[in-house]
Amino acid sequence: MRWIWIDKFVEFQSGRHAVAIKNVTLAEEHLHDHFPGFPVMPESLMIEAMAQTSGILVGEAKKFQEKVILAKIKKAVFFDYVKPGDTIKLDAKIESIAQEAASISGKITRADKLIAEIDLMFSHIDQNLGGKEFPQENFVFDTGTSVFESLLRDVLSGSAGAADSEQDR
Amino acid sequence: MAMSRDEIMQQVQEVLVDALGVDDDEVTAQATLMGDLGAESIDFLDIVFRLEKAFGIKIPREELFPAENLMNDSEFVHNGKLTEKGLAELREKMPHTDITAFESDPDINKLGDLFTVNAIVNYVEGKLEAA
Repeated sequence: MRWIWIDKFVEFQSGRHAVAIKNVTLAEEHLHDHFPGFPVMPESLMIEAMAQTSGILVGEAKKFQEKVILAKIKKAVFFDYVKPGDTIKLDAKIESIAQEAASISGKITRADKLIAEIDLMFSHIDQNLGGKEFPQENFVFDTGTSVFESLLRDVLSGSAGAADSEQDR
Repeated sequence: MAMSRDEIMQQVQEVLVDALGVDDDEVTAQATLMGDLGAESIDFLDIVFRLEKAFGIKIPREELFPAENLMNDSEFVHNGKLTEKGLAELREKMPHTDITAFESDPDINKLGDLFTVNAIVNYVEGKLEAA
C-alpha cells in the first residue's frame, strides 16, 4: 500500500507544472492531537503534500523511469493555518530539471489566500549513486502503484476540464 | 553589458547564501564550499541550478564540479591520492581553479578544498566571456 497524501490532480502540464488538491478532514486522526481543541494541519504534512505533487510531476517528466527522491527542502514558509474542512491547492512548477536532479517551486493556497511557499529539490538517485547501490526495481514508481495512474487519469487524458464542468452543473 | 568581477562575486554570494543558508560575510572568496560553508552533494546541484538562473548560462555539472567522475576512476586514483594522470585530468577539467597547493599532496580527501567561492567566480566569469 502506498501512502497517498493528495486527493487528485486538477492540472498537469508534463515537465512543467501541476496542480493537485487535498481535502483536509477531521477524520485524520493526527488532527485530534495536533492540537487538542485546536486542530490544524501539521506544516510537515503540507511539505509532504507538496513533495507528492511535485515528485509525481518530476517522475512523469522522465516517464517514471527514474527513482525520484526528495533531497532538499530549499524553502518552507507558512502564512496561515489549515483546518479541517479546508481544501488546499498545491501548485508546483519545475524550475530546473537535469539528468541528476530537479528543482521545483511550490505554492499552497486555500481559495485565493496564500498558505505556504515550499521549494524542493529531488534527486534521481541512480544518477547520483556516489558508490552506493540501490535496489534495481523502481521502488518509487513501481508498476504495482496503479494509484498514481488513478490520480493522473483525468488530467493526462485531458478530461480534467470536462470533469470539472460536469461538477459545476 | 559585461558584468564586472565584483558584480559576479556579489551574485555568486547571493546564490550561496540562499542555497546553503549561510551568512553573507561567511561567503569570502577563499571559503571552501564543503569545509567552510557545509555544502553536501545535493547542494552542488542546487548551486548549479541557481547559477544557471542567476546568470542565464548552461552549466554541465561535471564542468563546474568534476571531482566525482575523477574519484571513481582507478586510473586517476591510487592509494587515496590522485595519480599523475588524475592531476593532468583535473588541470584540464578545472582550468578555473588554482591547484598548485593541492598538487604537492594530492590526497583525494582534500579535493573538496578546491571548490572555493573564488573558483565559482572564475568559472562564471569564463563562461560569460565565452558567451
